[in-house]
Amino acid sequence: MIQIFYFASIREQLDCSTEEISLTDNIRTISELKHFLSARGDRWHDIFDASNQGVLFSINQEIARSHQAISDGDEIAFFPQVTGG
Amino acid sequence: MVQVQTDDFDAGAIIHELKKSTNSIGAIVSFIGLVREFSHQDNIDSMTLEHYPGMTESVLHKIEADAIQRWDLLATSIIHRVGNLKAGDNIVLVATAAAHRKQAFEAAQYIMDILKTEAPFWKKEHTANGDHWVESKDSDLAEKDRWKS
Repeated sequence: MIQIFYFASIREQLDCSTEEISLTDNIRTISELKHFLSARGDRWHDIFDASNQGVLFSINQEIARSHQAISDGDEIAFFPQVTGG
Repeated sequence: MVQVQTDDFDAGAIIHELKKSTNSIGAIVSFIGLVREFSHQDNIDSMTLEHYPGMTESVLHKIEADAIQRWDLLATSIIHRVGNLKAGDNIVLVATAAAHRKQAFEAAQYIMDILKTEAPFWKKEHTANGDHWVESKDSDLAEKDRWKS
């Protein structure tokens, strides 16, 4: 299982702050995870489609790239560009 | 020192603590970020600061460590508030202590430039005309580039 967190405007658009999903053979990288989430359609597609460059992501609380591998037990987060300070 | 907290901070007390931390300090620079009263012609009533517990602190620690190493800092404080803040409230304090002013000034600027583009915080403004998430600025990303060594 992996734990996924959604933050800020992404959380609001999806109406989901967190969920757990099982890794399958089709979900081994961030890119494949986004594809899986996009397939849910509607807002999930709007946000996670490959054409949307505005979503950042982390694996185990470190910023990640699309090609990076995901392992069982990982914590993944998706969020918009940060606006602190 | 890195702190993410809901409570307000006392900048004077923090600078006092920095001064006490070591004898070799010749310069202390401090920056405070506040909730502006106006944004895009709307009065801001309040702001919600969201963060990613765990990752926010570790990113701030890394920014601090990089600054200490790069500018030979003697002490630092980074305090960032989260939760609901009102117009005029303190948001963030960055204070740097060094032997000389050049290091203290540059390090404080660096910490803020990197914090604004890498630390997981998100601001939502609440106005009479509705709520909206603040968008990141291209100018902030450009500021970050000047620190590439």
